[in-house]
Parts: sequence; structure tokens; C-alpha cells
Amino acid sequence: MTRLLEIEDLHVAFATRRGVVQAVRGVSLGLDAGETLGVVGESGSGKSVTSYAVMRLLDRAGRITAGRIRFRGQEITRLGHGELQALRGSAMSMIFQNPRAALNPIRTIGLQIADALRAHTRLGASAARARALELLRAVQIRDPEHRLDAYPHELSGGMCQRAMIAMAIACEPDLLIADEPTTGLDVTTQKVVMDLLAGITAERGMAMILITHDLGLAAQYCRRVAVMEQGKVVEQGEAAALFRAPRHRYTRRLVAASPTRRSQVWDLVAAAPPPPKPKPPRAPGAPLLLEVQNLVRRFGATTAVNDVSFTLEAGESLGLVGESGSGKSTISRLVCRLIDPTAGDIIFDGHSIAAIPARDFHRAPQRRGIQIVFQDPHDSLNPRFSAFDAIAHPLRRLEALRDGPALRARVTACAERCGLPLDLLDRFPHQLSGGQKARIGIARAIATRPRLLVLDEPTAALDVSVQAVILKLLDDLRREEGMAFLFVSHDLNVVRMMCERTIVLQQGRIVEAGPSSAIFAAPEAAYTRELLAAIPHFEPGGELAATG
Amino acid sequence: MSGTLGHAAWVLRGNPVTAVAATGATLLVLLAIFAPWIAPYDPIASNVQVALRPPGAAYWAGTDQLGRDIFSRILHAARIDLAIAASAVSLSFLLGAVIGSFCGYAGGRLDRVVGRIVDVLMAFPLFVLAMAMVAALGNRVENIVIATAFINLPFYIRFARAEVNIRRDLGWVEAARACGDGHLSVVLRFLLPNVLPAMAVQISLNLGWAILNAAGLSFIGLGVTAPTPEWGIMVAEGARFITSGQWWLVAAPGLALMLTVLCFNLLGDGLRDILDPRMRT
Repeated sequence: MTRLLEIEDLHVAFATRRGVVQAVRGVSLGLDAGETLGVVGESGSGKSVTSYAVMRLLDRAGRITAGRIRFRGQEITRLGHGELQALRGSAMSMIFQNPRAALNPIRTIGLQIADALRAHTRLGASAARARALELLRAVQIRDPEHRLDAYPHELSGGMCQRAMIAMAIACEPDLLIADEPTTGLDVTTQKVVMDLLAGITAERGMAMILITHDLGLAAQYCRRVAVMEQGKVVEQGEAAALFRAPRHRYTRRLVAASPTRRSQVWDLVAAAPPPPKPKPPRAPGAPLLLEVQNLVRRFGATTAVNDVSFTLEAGESLGLVGESGSGKSTISRLVCRLIDPTAGDIIFDGHSIAAIPARDFHRAPQRRGIQIVFQDPHDSLNPRFSAFDAIAHPLRRLEALRDGPALRARVTACAERCGLPLDLLDRFPHQLSGGQKARIGIARAIATRPRLLVLDEPTAALDVSVQAVILKLLDDLRREEGMAFLFVSHDLNVVRMMCERTIVLQQGRIVEAGPSSAIFAAPEAAYTRELLAAIPHFEPGGELAATG
Repeated sequence: MSGTLGHAAWVLRGNPVTAVAATGATLLVLLAIFAPWIAPYDPIASNVQVALRPPGAAYWAGTDQLGRDIFSRILHAARIDLAIAASAVSLSFLLGAVIGSFCGYAGGRLDRVVGRIVDVLMAFPLFVLAMAMVAALGNRVENIVIATAFINLPFYIRFARAEVNIRRDLGWVEAARACGDGHLSVVLRFLLPNVLPAMAVQISLNLGWAILNAAGLSFIGLGVTAPTPEWGIMVAEGARFITSGQWWLVAAPGLALMLTVLCFNLLGDGLRDILDPRMRT
């Protein structure tokens, strides 16, 4: 029996200024009808390029240089434009990473689904609309009659992804390719969308290729998994067996670096646990490092932060978790005094700093004491500053250091502390990797030796193996330099590992707070339980908790 | 820096039109600078004996009704036209970049007020506005520069405003504030240097336009006055002789004008490709 999809020794190359780059180097994969295959790997592994090659959607610089792709026994590697058009959408279709960007912003959802239908069938306008309504029901969009006439911007990210799924399955394709379908969605939304995808493909007998960087997601929703590294499949097999006993060196590293429900920071990079260091008790009468009292922040009519209070001792780490819209990033900016609170007080080291307007806070003496590491390491570096200038910037501004040996010594010390090779100091952000940029962002934040470091999703934009070393670095910094962390994240496993105490936020309010170990072992609030249940997971070395 | 040059070389190789335009523009600037040494004749001294000679070996572009060598006059005219255009464009570039950056960063009321003023300015027929300004301020070269700068200003304000708007919420702007910079230095030291390269494209496109504008004003008798050699005046004076068959009086300066504007426009398109970071793959 012929397989649904057979990829044989596929090579894809991109013509760039620096010559030809081999993105995919000899990938062979097979997929039977109705089967679900997970393709996992980090950025640059070629997993997306492989799927684009199957759909023949490579951009102009990309070219299939060797190999064969057979779909339902038919060779499609050299197919012409017209024949491809007939296949795409009807026999194979694709779900993209950013659903809002993949939908046409000026056409309603209903019309776009109807477009997908009418491209391959002879349905009339009203029949297509009726079918679109059925499809919206199938993807469990609430109130589908009204959503049919909604524009993409009127829908949430999760809703947009459901609409994309409705379009993709409109013509009952045999093969569905989902390219990071839930990246950028909240963890509870991710679970709903993935359950929906798994249900629909099982019900209609569609085969699915799930491309993801999240091992947990692949383990939970795919029967078979292929691991890609630098354009090659290094290992493939049954998901359960592969993650339980990874054979290839790279898979082992990937599995180890992925945070699980039980792992510790040092496990991720296979390091020894640090010696326990008892925290010196607070001197009697000494103020708390940070005290946040009844903090409120409104943006127009919406209340982003609603009556939030918490405290932080010197050297302690506190996690803020929550989904998008929970107010966690707003709190981090309020504490950093980059924006002004509507009401409430922020007391740093015994001094109220909420009354100093954010506009003038750069001149306040506390500016040195509170620093922040931003979410996207690339976005947080000025493209015209070299690594050296980026790290020297707070020293020049806040400690009035002039160019000279003293400044150079401080910058190199920070860079070394953050594991940044010194020969990279002259480079500009676009010449550095994501992990190197993350290190610069951290080095810049610790340059003035702050007592409080606010970390706003510091690893959200990094690959898991890079995330692992950055988390280890941050954990070491806190232990050794005695900094306090306010750690903002949507990733509960990361917060559990990094923070002694955790606050769970929902729509600007605290729903649960307490020691991390207690919250994760026995969550009290229903919302916390829902969050924890939604994390896709796999248990290396143990039995697999798979649903499918 | 070598990376930028390398990238430029790579773009030019795949883009011969830009290479030609860049060469043309450079040549033009050099000709203008060295006009007094290159020009074979005095551009102002008249010699009625050789009046209205057609183009030939002695007078490459012919002579005008007063016997002045048109080629020499075109070279000298390039000096004044390029100088007017360059100073007008740099003036509006600097002012527009600063005003636009502050509006884009501050947002709110300042942005709305300036935005409306810019809209009103752009709704005017700009050439008429420039005419009115030169007429009101006085018929001098400085005033042509001011008028040309003023009518270009709205484009730069809008451009800078939009570019800053994209960047003002990026992490590195917030990071600058966490590192001790106030709003003023964030705009001047962080945002402005980042939007200038994108605006350089606008400069090249606008240079051509500013040259046309200066020539246009002189053509209708505003700004530069005879006997100073200037392309607009040369075309205006030569127009009388078209009917009697002396076409070169108009054709030569007209051609110079056209080639100059074309060079700068093509160069602008190429510059966009060179400076656009998305092209850097």
C-alpha cells in the first residue's frame, strides 16, 4: 500500500548574499493516512522549511535541490503551478503560526472560509456560507452565526486560529500541516485548540504533521515524532519510546533541557545542584526590599492591574504567572517605574517611589537599584549599539563613568559574569545569536548591581536548550549576588523552578499566592488548577501521560 | 562599516540601474564643484558675434542670443541648482526629523495638533505656496531655499513620525529609560539615529524634486535672476527662440534638468534596497 506522504532525501537550499545556505539536508519522512507525526526541533533546524517544501510554498530564494516528495503515490516535486493549486487546500492544507497575520484583515471570517471552499468546489455563495457556518460549529466557535460576519481583528488569537482551522479543513484534505499552531497562544487556549485539532483529524481521518518546538506538545498529541537538527532528521520513532529513551545525543540534550513538572534548574543543563546557602535573616527593623500596596493601573476604561499587593525580601525570588491580559507585564513596568500607577503605593527599601513620576524616575537614586530584563532579547537591544555600548550604557548614565579603563573593566566583568565571550563585545545585535543577545540584556541589567531585578519573560523568545542555560545563569546570579527577582512568566514550570514564592494573576487580580512548592503541589484556586492541567507535558524516564 | 559597504556592493551588482544612477549623481556633483575649471568659456560674458550658434565643435551645446556658451552655463547652473536643492533638503530633513520624532514619541495632543497642521500644508498646492513665500519674503536665493525647505517639511515630519511610532514601544526604548535616560535623550540619542537611515531614501527622492522646484521658481521669474546661469532661467529665456528653430537653447538645460532629477530618483529607489534591513539576508 502506498503511503500518504513520502519524503525521500529532500534537500532545500536558499540563495542568500553569503552564498547558498542548505536549510534542509537529506530529510526522509513518511506518513500514512490518518497518522499524526510531530516534527520537533529548534529554530534553524529546517522543520518549517520541510513543511513549506511539501506544500511547495518556499519563497523565491528557496529551491528544492534534490530529493523526491510523493503525495498519494504521485510525484509532486516538479509539479506545475496549476496542478499544485488543485492540490493545495483540497488535498493538503496548512495552518500557520500567527493566525491573525495569516488571515486577510479586510474580509470577514465567513467570506474567507467560503473563498477556500469555492476555490475547489462548485458551491454557490449561499451554499458556501451555509457550509462555512457548519465549519465554524465544527471548530467550536461560540455564536457562529454572528462570528461569520466578524473581521479577524474582532476575534481573539484563539478564535482566529479556530477560523484558520475551519478554512484548512473546509475541503476535507487528506493532510493537514500545522506549523507551530499554538505558539503565542495562552496555555489554556493552546490546550483547547490542540484538543480540537486532535479531535477533528481523528474524526475525519486526516493525517497531520505538527511542527513544534515544544516537546511536551509533540509527546501529547503525536503518535510518532521526528527530531530535526540543522536540516537533518536525527531521530524518529514512537513518541512515548523516543522521549523515554532518547538515543541521539541531540534528542537527549533537548529532552533534558525541557522543563517538566519535577525538574530543577540544574537538571536542565546536567549540572550539579548548588550548595544550599542559608539566607541571612533580615536585621530587625530593616525594611522589606519591596512592598507593593493596593496597586491599581487603568488604561482608559480597562483596569489592567486591580488592587494588587505583595512584598519581596532581599535576595528572594517571586514569580508572577498568568495568561495574556492578566496584568503581569503591567505590574513589572509599574515596579520598574517605567509607567505610573493609577493608585496604590510602591515602597522600595523603605522609600515610597510611586509618587515620583515615571518621567523623572531616571534621575531618582533608586533607578540603579531596580533594573529589568526584557522579553525579546533582539527587541531590547538598540540596533546601533555594539554589545559593549549596550552594557556600558547604564554605567555611563547612572554611575557617570567615562570611557576609560574603569568602564572597560566593569563591562568586561559583567560580560564574563553572564558568560558572554569578550570578543563578541564589538559586535552589533544583528551579528549575534538569540542566546548571546539574551546574555547582553542580562549583563546590562546587572551592570549597576541592582538589588531588585525584574525579569519580564526573559526566556520566552529562546529555544529550549538556550533557555536552559539562561535560566541556570539567572539562578546562579541570584544565589551568588544576592539579588531579588520579580520573575514574570507564562510558563509555570519555569516559575516553579526559579521562584521561591509564586503569585497567580487573572485579569489584574491575584487569585492565589504562596510558596511555589505548595501552589504547584496542591493548587487551591480553580484557575490555578486549570492552568496547571493545561501544560503539555511528557515525563522522561517515566510513563507517558498521553491523551491520544 | 565594511559590512555596510559589502552589502551595498552586493545590492549594486544585482541592481545595475542603481549603479548607473549613483555614478551619474556622483559625476554631476563633481561637475558642479569643478565647473569653473571645466567650463570652456565664461558663463556670463556675452559675445554677440557668435550669437545663436547651433551645437558644434567649438560650442558643444551651442550659444544663446547673447553668444554665451550654453554648455558652460549649464555647468555653472548645476552649482547653484544643486546648492539650493541640497541646502533646502537638509534644512527640511533636520527640522522634519526632529519635529516628527518628538510627535511620534509623545503622541497625544502635540501629535494631533502637528498632524493637522501638516495635513493642512499638504492640502495646499505646494508650488503655489512656494511662489507666495518667495514673493512675500523677497526675491532672493535664501528665500528660495526657505520656501523649498518649507514645502518639503510635511513629508519629513510624517515619515519620521511613522518610523518613530513603530519603534517607540520596542524593548530597547524601555531599556534606555531603565538605564537612566529621560524622554528627551531617548528621542535624540536613540530614536533619531535609528530613523535617519530610512529617511536617507527620502532625501534622494526629494533632491530631484527640490531641483525641479527651484528651476520652476526661476522659470517664472522668482528667485535667481538673470544673468546668473540657472536651468530654469535658461529654459525660460530660450523658450522665445523655439519657434524660430533655435531648439538647443531650451533642449540643453531641459535635458540637464531631466537627467539630474532622473538620477536622484533612481538612486533613491536603490538606496531603499540598500538600507532596508529586510534585504539583508
